[in-house]
Amino acid sequence: MQRVKCRRLLNSELDVFAVFKKKETITTESGGGFFKRLRRRLNSGNSWLTYDLANLAPGGRIDDEVLDDLESRLVMADVGVDSTERIISALHKQLARRELKDVAALHSGLRQIMLAMLEPVERNLQPVSEGGPFVILMIGVNGAGKTTTIGKLARRFMNDGHSVMLAAGDTFRAAAVEQLQAWGERNGVPVVAQQQGADPAAVIFDAYESARARGIDILLADTAGRLQNQQGLMDELAKIKRVVSRQNPAAPQEVMLVLDAGLGQNALQQAEKFNAALGVTGITVTKLDGTAKGGVLLALADKLGLPVRFIGIGEAADDLQPFRASEYVDALLGTDSDD
Amino acid sequence: MFDNLSDRLTRATKNLTGRGRLSEANIKDTLRQVRLALLEADVALPVVKSFVERIRERAIGEEVGKSLTPGQALVKIIHGELVSLLGSATVDLDLRAQPPVVIMLVGLQGAGKTTTAAKLALRLIKKESRRVMMVSVDVHRPAAILQLETLAREVGALYCSSNASEAPTTIVAHALDESRRSHADVLIVDTAGRLHVDEDMMDEVQAVHSAATPHETLFVIDSMAGQDAVNSARAFGERLPLTGIVLTKADGDAKGGVALSAREVTGKPIRFLGVGEKIDALEVFHPDRMASRILGMGDVLSLVEEIEEKVDKAQADKLAKKISKGRGFDLSDLKDQLEQMMNMGGMAAMLEKLPLPGKINAAALKSKTDEKQLQRQIAIINSMTAGERRFPKTINGSRKRRIAGGCGMQIQDVNRLLKQHLQMEKMMKKMARGGMKKMLRGMSPGGMPPGLG
Repeated sequence: MQRVKCRRLLNSELDVFAVFKKKETITTESGGGFFKRLRRRLNSGNSWLTYDLANLAPGGRIDDEVLDDLESRLVMADVGVDSTERIISALHKQLARRELKDVAALHSGLRQIMLAMLEPVERNLQPVSEGGPFVILMIGVNGAGKTTTIGKLARRFMNDGHSVMLAAGDTFRAAAVEQLQAWGERNGVPVVAQQQGADPAAVIFDAYESARARGIDILLADTAGRLQNQQGLMDELAKIKRVVSRQNPAAPQEVMLVLDAGLGQNALQQAEKFNAALGVTGITVTKLDGTAKGGVLLALADKLGLPVRFIGIGEAADDLQPFRASEYVDALLGTDSDD
Repeated sequence: MFDNLSDRLTRATKNLTGRGRLSEANIKDTLRQVRLALLEADVALPVVKSFVERIRERAIGEEVGKSLTPGQALVKIIHGELVSLLGSATVDLDLRAQPPVVIMLVGLQGAGKTTTAAKLALRLIKKESRRVMMVSVDVHRPAAILQLETLAREVGALYCSSNASEAPTTIVAHALDESRRSHADVLIVDTAGRLHVDEDMMDEVQAVHSAATPHETLFVIDSMAGQDAVNSARAFGERLPLTGIVLTKADGDAKGGVALSAREVTGKPIRFLGVGEKIDALEVFHPDRMASRILGMGDVLSLVEEIEEKVDKAQADKLAKKISKGRGFDLSDLKDQLEQMMNMGGMAAMLEKLPLPGKINAAALKSKTDEKQLQRQIAIINSMTAGERRFPKTINGSRKRRIAGGCGMQIQDVNRLLKQHLQMEKMMKKMARGGMKKMLRGMSPGGMPPGLG
């Protein structure tokens, strides 16, 4: 910790402009920037929830038909049949109590329900390195975006003043090691790698040793993508975790599941099975910049309640941001955050 | 992959079997189940709606009245619609053009384009003995070009090297040249993953397409994709003249409803399924088989064929005669039956072909009724004397001990077999009295698959 603080001080003293720059990015983060982009992107599809809630209820009156329509929209956002039913039945109750007089009431009712589902999972990652590096093990199915997320996370942690190292644990896919090395070069971060086909547990073990020796704060460990129903490969992950925790019982401090926002209900199975196999401690959702709404987040929060750490809405490094339930819900609902 | 969907659909239509008549009300309930089943399976909502609507229209017509049972009729209609949705015939890659025939792969990030390119190349090399060249125009993702190069080497394809600093269209022109020079039959162009809302990237892929003039443009899509898959499929379909779809990661446990959505939206046939990590894990897509599997109708027809083929007609006749006379079904008859079951590949193979109701876990059944068990039962009967086989009642404790010793089993196993025989004998007697139909009716509802009931 001490070391981190020192570096931060040093940085800010050395580069006055960096302070300004940083401030700027901070304001855009918490203010309009990221939120607006998130909102724009979530609403870029041709039909979304309240793309106009008013359109849903032309007369302004809320009735069963409006709720049915809303139900379809939720399903189309991959919220899933079960969770959609829960949301809609809660709204039906409110309707019966005559609490949904107009569109605004429906809007705030829906917002409350979604927030209640998502706020418990808004638990951001606070990496603290004690007695060795903070190890983040990245897992997920093929093509979820693990390696790209590692690249963005490395940039992010460095900006926060941490020292970072990458471990090329994907020794299966052709050129995965080189892809991670390219990210390392781009960010000026050391990458520990062996040849393709090496034992991933051994690679990550080596990386841990090296990170500890060099006093690195955060070790980001890549793994090969695997489908959750392939038991042999899931066992391999469990082995990686075992080997790392032999070095430090607390490590890996974070087992991060990377999910593609375009996924359907299979995301639930993924989260369940990866969680059963090695205890997922956080979720990062990637590729929210398409027209996919990532509504499966609601289903995930509803059923599993695993913390959601980051969401990614674009190619740029700062398009990966900590998850904020209210931002996400407002973006979905098209609420203006400025009021 | 589609197992969950078929489970749901089986349950949905099961509610209908056993009902006397198909009323507007109970078809509505079943259609709701069908709708939920499809949504759970990530079939896109608009596709679900039009699908269910078509079924409703066809069901509330004459077709139901003509058929045997309402449930069967509905299953038949759904099956028909599924086949017409998925396409009734397998569509092969069309390589009849002047070489080099260009195949281009497009899709979202992480769909599995590069892996599919390699699998496709291997297939063309191995199965059709083509000379295949591969080229990557993915100048965006780090090390993507290297990935394709490594895979090309692995599958034994020619490789046209490219550089991330070049423009994709330049790479394509170069690759076309190169493939002509080295007399390649096929050139596979792997493109960068892109979002369908990214205008610049979509322009780029269009430019690559017009430079490459591919004979086949395949849209690669992840079978785990959700509702949004229709939007991306539609956007790609509008920008590019797609000729087919490749569904990847189909070996996962996703319900794969995206197959229906993508097919419906683009109107293009699904050509291949990616079914594993290995480089040869690419399967040709058979729409008719898939429709049957989705419905959980199993392969009843081929099972019937198989039984007819393998069951010894003469033996069956002998048994039928015996039964119709109401005479005993003895242990040697049981042995004949067990042997015939062995012939058909055991219970497991049969169970797989039968559309069992959702709750029965085929895997659990499999473990209980494996071939070893059949073998053991036959061994027990083999250790009996002819007299014992004809008159099982004579088997007392001392005989049981001898039989168990003879076949190396426990006395309990002998007892179990005798009990099993006793039950079957009872059933046979009943059958002789009331005929086959009565017995079937006596079975629990849903005990018979819709195709046979």
